[in-house]
Amino acid sequence: MAEFVAENLRRSFGDALERVSDEHGDLTVWVDRARVHDLLEHCKRDPELDFSFCMDVTAVDYLSLGGRPRFAVVYHLYSLTTGKRVRVKTGVPEDDPVVATAVDVWKSTDWFEREVYDMFGIRFEGHPNMKRILCHRDFQGHALRKDYPADLRWKLLRPDDLLDEISSDEMQRIRARVSHPLSE
Amino acid sequence: MKAGLPPERAAADSGAPPPEGVFTTTLDKMVRWARAGSLWPLPFGTACCAIEFMSVVSSHYDLARFGAEVVRFSPRQSDMMIVAGTVVDKQAPILKLIYEQMCAPKWVISMGVCASSGGFYRAYHVMQGIDEVVPVDVYVPGCPPTPEGLIYAIMKLQEKIESGQPSHWQVEAERRAASDRAPQPVGA
Repeated sequence: MAEFVAENLRRSFGDALERVSDEHGDLTVWVDRARVHDLLEHCKRDPELDFSFCMDVTAVDYLSLGGRPRFAVVYHLYSLTTGKRVRVKTGVPEDDPVVATAVDVWKSTDWFEREVYDMFGIRFEGHPNMKRILCHRDFQGHALRKDYPADLRWKLLRPDDLLDEISSDEMQRIRARVSHPLSE
Repeated sequence: MKAGLPPERAAADSGAPPPEGVFTTTLDKMVRWARAGSLWPLPFGTACCAIEFMSVVSSHYDLARFGAEVVRFSPRQSDMMIVAGTVVDKQAPILKLIYEQMCAPKWVISMGVCASSGGFYRAYHVMQGIDEVVPVDVYVPGCPPTPEGLIYAIMKLQEKIESGQPSHWQVEAERRAASDRAPQPVGA
């Protein structure tokens, strides 16, 4: 199915590919963490591959498997022109949970990477706003790590600032558009 | 007949039944009756329970029959908050703020298991019952509760109001007033 994708990636990143598997037509590529950004950029820019759509960025905690490294960051790519998909995985060790950001390749990965940071504590180097996206300000730890107690909660006493990402210019434009009579 | 009194007063004073079209009561009882019959709901809808709430206020179940159909989306114009849905920890201070913005007398109905106990979300992010931050007058079980369930809860609340049982805001206000009056330790 995705033969030419695997071939293309082998040609350009042969030494950095740790494993390439093709299960029922779903191509999965494990790549060295140091080269993952180059590979993603190649996937998008190469005219033959043309993976213009990054559908999701997520992570897996392989704690119970005991293997090294503990985490994997997973990118799901889709090409709108060829209709092919590829799953790019990269191992991330527990003691240095950092991966290069892909925001400069696909702008849509901004919130995905923040979600991975929030849930797994994996930081993305070069991300413009590396902070939690779902959990609140006073939350401690990362909830989707396998060693996080399932019902451990952190209380929030004052409302979190939900608009801190909006610049003051944007905020003024939004306010100018509000037309509710009570807001006058 | 006593001189100087209108005939109805004179009749009441003499112990005779009041004339037709007049009834006697206490102001307190009448206020409670009026409050129970004119609850203005504020829906704090965060999940599917809010959909069920919509059918309760729509024509088929017609909450107007209970005098509680005037749904307001400003806490300042309503006195019965219906928390319908899952409330996460991140939203807890928002819920509390909105409750505090309501003018007393005010009441809270916790609709569905999520609002009442966290429901099946026994996890890192969901409040295990909104009574962690706001006082609740009536809990409605169900996932979601049937419209009849919510109507029953509103009827229960009306009974509570008419019977003169103090609401949580009243108990709290009295407790605060008492602690203000209590002698304060000096230099403690």
